[in-house]
Amino acid sequence: MSVITIERKVLEKNDQIAQKNREDFTANNVFTINIVSSPGSGKTSILERTIEHLKGKLNLSVIEGDVQTDNDARRISALDVPAVQIVTHGGCHLEARLVRDAMENVDLQKTQLLVIENVGNLVCPSNYDLGEAHKVVVVSTTEGDDKPIKYPNMFRNSSVLIINKIDLVPYLNCNIDELENNALQINPSLKVFKTSCTTGDGIDEWCSWLESQVLK
Amino acid sequence: MHEMSVAQNIIDIVLQHLPEENSQPVQVVTVKIGKMAGIVPDSLEFGFQVIASETPHLENAQLRMEFTPLIIHCPLCGKDFEINDPYFICPDCNNTNVEIKSGTELQVTEIEIDDSPQEES
Ligand SMILES: Nc1nc2c(ncn2[C@@H]2O[C@H](COP(=O)(O)OP(=O)(O)OP(=O)(O)O)[C@@H](O)[C@H]2O)c(=O)[nH]1
Ligand SMILES: [Mg+2]
Ligand SMILES: [Zn+2]
Repeated sequence: MSVITIERKVLEKNDQIAQKNREDFTANNVFTINIVSSPGSGKTSILERTIEHLKGKLNLSVIEGDVQTDNDARRISALDVPAVQIVTHGGCHLEARLVRDAMENVDLQKTQLLVIENVGNLVCPSNYDLGEAHKVVVVSTTEGDDKPIKYPNMFRNSSVLIINKIDLVPYLNCNIDELENNALQINPSLKVFKTSCTTGDGIDEWCSWLESQVLK
Repeated sequence: MHEMSVAQNIIDIVLQHLPEENSQPVQVVTVKIGKMAGIVPDSLEFGFQVIASETPHLENAQLRMEFTPLIIHCPLCGKDFEINDPYFICPDCNNTNVEIKSGTELQVTEIEIDDSPQEES
């Protein structure tokens, strides 16, 4: 029996492609965020609200990742923002390679803010760097306040937390302070926003922060 | 379930390290998996078996998983602590600005190849 020592990161190929993506974003002055959450937490709704706020101020492009259908890309295109749909056909997360392919259909030179909406899943996307500047994790109040503890990776690897659907708090026994505290225990440097896409609460704060990051 | 994609990446890396002229079977593939690497061991094992069974030289390979504990480092105390739950806070001084020292890794560490001479008679 002979032993061959290897010592290589399993996802190094993804990391290398992500690094190329990142270089392309930097070269074209594109600020990129990767939005992650469980299915249905409100990623596309937040994006729609964000577009309403930032349109005319910033040039946006969107890459949508879904297991099936181009529904989300159509929702974004309806707002006159260029959107490219990646359909993973069962794949539970986006990989850097898929984003790189989609980038061929994104006009990077005309884009200041690129939003990548990941596949709804709180586990798998956390392992895959896409080349983004920040991961933004969304949790909705209907999911309960213990999500950060159950899915620590995602919260540790994100820089922003959006607690969405705060309009529903009166009907739920979700304590959003507890949710926030749990998240901050996992990652004290998280920047936290609380939003409702129904009432529009908190969208201003989120968008102002985002705009300031893009224009930095 | 990204374990299938992880398994494929493991096997791709192993194939790059097989000695060219040697077509002996790989017996064991060892991977190091952090406690917080976000991997479900049973799913990875399953994915690995499925792909390995159809990959030349790896048909009978076993996956050996070595798990590393979650260890944080407190820069204020200069000490390392093993923690069981993902509360990133120094147990000594309550500093929350701690670094993860280990527990998130996902690495192929080594392979074992059966290079005993094949029976010829
Ligand atoms: N009450 C309430 N409902 C919301 C809010 N945000 C989103 N929703 C609803 O939640 C559902 C899912 O919203 P989406 O924006 O499609 O969620 P998503 O995260 O993009 O979903 P996937 O892409 O399928 O993972 C829709 O019915 C939205 O109308 C909110 O702030 N409050
Ligand atoms: Mg969506
Ligand atoms: Zn300390």
